[in-house]
Amino acid sequence: MRNELEERAAQAVQLALDCGADDCMASASWGRSVELGWHAGAVEKIQESDGLQLSVRLFVDGRYSAHSTNDFAGDRLKRFLTDAVALARALEPDPFRKILPEEFFADLREVQLDQVDSSLAHLDRERRMQIAGELAAAAEADDGVIGSNCMVYDYSAASALVGSNGFRASRENTSLWYGAEVSLRDGDRRPESSRYVGGTHAADLPSPGETGAEALRRVKARVGAHKVASHKGTLVLTPEAATSFLGRLMGALTASAVQQKRTFLAESQGKRIASPRLTLTDDPFRTRSGASRAYDSDGVALTQRPIVNEGVLENFYVDAYYGRKLGWAPNGNCTTNVLFAHGDRDSTALLADVGNAILVDSWLGGNANMTSGDFSFGFAGQRIESGTAVEPVTEMNITGNYASLLNQLVAVGNDPLPWSTFRAPTLVFEAVDFAGS
Amino acid sequence: MKEEKLPDVPAADHVREGLDLFDIDELQIRRVLGAALERGADFADLYFQHRGGRSIGLEDGLVSRASSSVDRGVGVRVVVGDQTGYAYSERLEMEPMLAAARTAATIAAGGSAVAPQAMESRTVPQLYPLGRPIEAVSVEETLPLVQRVEQLARAGDASVEKVSVSWGDSDDRVLLASSDGDLFGDRRPMTRLALSITCLVDGERQTNSSSLAGRRGIEWYTEARLKEFVEDLIQRTLILFEARRPPAGELPVVLAAGASGILLHEAVGHGMEADFTRKGMSIYADQIGEKVAPDDVTIVDSGLHPGERGALAVDDEGQATERTALVENGVMRSYIHDRISARHYGVNPTGSGRRQSFRHVPMPRMRCTYMENGPRTREEIIESIDHGVVCENFQNGQVQIGAGDFTFFVKNGWLVENGKVTAPIKDVNIIGNGPEAIRRIQMVAGDMKLDDGGWTCGKEGQSVPVSQGMPTVLVSKLTVGGSHAE
Repeated sequence: MRNELEERAAQAVQLALDCGADDCMASASWGRSVELGWHAGAVEKIQESDGLQLSVRLFVDGRYSAHSTNDFAGDRLKRFLTDAVALARALEPDPFRKILPEEFFADLREVQLDQVDSSLAHLDRERRMQIAGELAAAAEADDGVIGSNCMVYDYSAASALVGSNGFRASRENTSLWYGAEVSLRDGDRRPESSRYVGGTHAADLPSPGETGAEALRRVKARVGAHKVASHKGTLVLTPEAATSFLGRLMGALTASAVQQKRTFLAESQGKRIASPRLTLTDDPFRTRSGASRAYDSDGVALTQRPIVNEGVLENFYVDAYYGRKLGWAPNGNCTTNVLFAHGDRDSTALLADVGNAILVDSWLGGNANMTSGDFSFGFAGQRIESGTAVEPVTEMNITGNYASLLNQLVAVGNDPLPWSTFRAPTLVFEAVDFAGS
Repeated sequence: MKEEKLPDVPAADHVREGLDLFDIDELQIRRVLGAALERGADFADLYFQHRGGRSIGLEDGLVSRASSSVDRGVGVRVVVGDQTGYAYSERLEMEPMLAAARTAATIAAGGSAVAPQAMESRTVPQLYPLGRPIEAVSVEETLPLVQRVEQLARAGDASVEKVSVSWGDSDDRVLLASSDGDLFGDRRPMTRLALSITCLVDGERQTNSSSLAGRRGIEWYTEARLKEFVEDLIQRTLILFEARRPPAGELPVVLAAGASGILLHEAVGHGMEADFTRKGMSIYADQIGEKVAPDDVTIVDSGLHPGERGALAVDDEGQATERTALVENGVMRSYIHDRISARHYGVNPTGSGRRQSFRHVPMPRMRCTYMENGPRTREEIIESIDHGVVCENFQNGQVQIGAGDFTFFVKNGWLVENGKVTAPIKDVNIIGNGPEAIRRIQMVAGDMKLDDGGWTCGKEGQSVPVSQGMPTVLVSKLTVGGSHAE
């Protein structure tokens, strides 16, 4: 499949040049997936997908445009590219739009990332139903359960990137995800919670039974949840909650955000932005991770990038275009695997240490203004007293500013989820504003 | 609020257009439907789609980026009771379409084959006011529009440091054929103008963004409309420099007319989607006929508002759309149905079966959700409050349909003290519980307005365009995320 995609992309590059483009990067991607939904002891939905898409980026007379199509019948691709070149010509020239120079991918090499699980090719409907059945049995093992929705989703994908600058590479990966969402009766309320796990290899995942049981444990922990009084106190984030909370920060660490003045960290390279407990490294070569990759969509060969080192901002994510605008060399326009330098304790030990706190395990809405760093998020979780969960809380908000909060990080756990790519562990922050009753 | 209805266009126009575009005839459609039904099923349908999209973008003073896309294919759905088999083909030749139909058919246990009915074309209302078709508007005509918006923004205030503007349009042509013999065609336009600005005042920066969007032509984006749009955004950005976080805790909340409809979307609409209610997973399951809000509260979800993002002549299952009263004078009246849930409850579908594309299974979704006018005025409402907040502009919202907890994020608003609007507030999340929030609606004004912004609703991985609206409303108590908690 990879060779076929490389060939399709190479043909598209040639066709684009024939249609009048000066340069072209073309990407051909293929994906196949099957999703099985399970509810009330039976298959609720089976959905199968199989698709092929071509994307081109054109450089025409100093102008730039991007296009995609899945319609290759007859001479339609040629007509599509002819129109695409005409669209690019209608724009204003942009001196910063150029195809990537070879120096940024000269070192590109084939890295064994082990991203394909060949056993998934043999996954059939019987096996998918068995996984779903095991998820549901564990998730519904309580008299208060109203019902569950279980899901098994697997896919294979491959893509190739070819450029008129001589770039040519391809990659492929598989993935299996499954999980359960459970609803429980709690007076008038019907709280729901879920657990989904996924990775490139089936063997790396916790069993369907454990996964369903975790979904049930989570929803049972919600029974009787209510808001507690507004206060300032210690915030503990579970690895999942920490992932979405700090994952947002990555948007403020891009060259485009700096150049467009949309990040509170614009002037912070080489400066202390966080507590010394925060160290983040972007590692594109972690094996058996769906986020690993040797090159980005511009064709830049990736390397391991230190992002934050003991609280000091070392590197932004720099793409080719905004990098050129800023006079910075590109180092890759995407996050891959973000590793945290771990602490040496798990969540139980951390909680014992903090005494009283609010543990946030899931977010509900909210947003952040990355120009100023201001954020405000809704959450649900547990109130912690002397290191132990004493009551579930919900319908509350936390509000603050990332610039100050990053400095309020006082402890880092050693417990990222094994299958995660943004590998946040349990994190503890002090002096956070909680809004409740 | 009354629905306006433009004259119906003969359905055959869109059906004929669709058959030509997808190079298929009724006989072939019946063959594919026949394959979908060969193991027995309640019904099957085909959703042909060709979507062309285009955008241009201005940044740092140059209109120097553009994109275009073509996406086409056919989705085949086979339904047996509450079970769905689904597959699609991006290739519209008979062999891959028949293969997709047979894959979808595997949901059925293997009963005897059913024959599809003879096709009958149906009429759909015309809800998308367009001067010219999307494809007749050249990119050269859209360039001056984004340049004009940038000019207005630059001229609007000396503190404007960065401006980015984008224009996007799409032309979505669908053809629906069901084994019951229904054959519908629809051609759905969408246009969107988005503006983002960053202002610099005394070394501090603030960013804000806004959009105008609808199933409308380029002629709707008049000079007067653009001026109002840009001036409003500049004013809302400058006020962020003075704005503070409100105090944390439970406060009376005034929802300003317009985009506040996000409260209805999150607190009421999602929980009334009948895929959730039929499984008992929504807090509104078993509530039809119950009194859930004060008499002044009537909440509607309608596909019939011409030009709105949520306007829909026919839904993605081929059902005519309608005005559905969810809550009428405080009493819960109807859920939001697709074909499966309507049959489950033994009611008529509400024309709310929607999907993101031919790759996706339809499910019950909102269209244009709003509250009808009440007897009060905005002034009366504000005067009635000792200490509270007014919410004017929003960025996003979310809901847990089982617990009923919902949130919306307020970008701009005001503090109210002793019956008067005092200081501006910003960037704050508000959280509440749906059934409690609608019970706590105390006053409804008569200034209902639909918002012109580009709202998109996400559910189970599928995005669809929606609209929302609201008159000014007072909710007696919601939890405002604020600072200075002690």
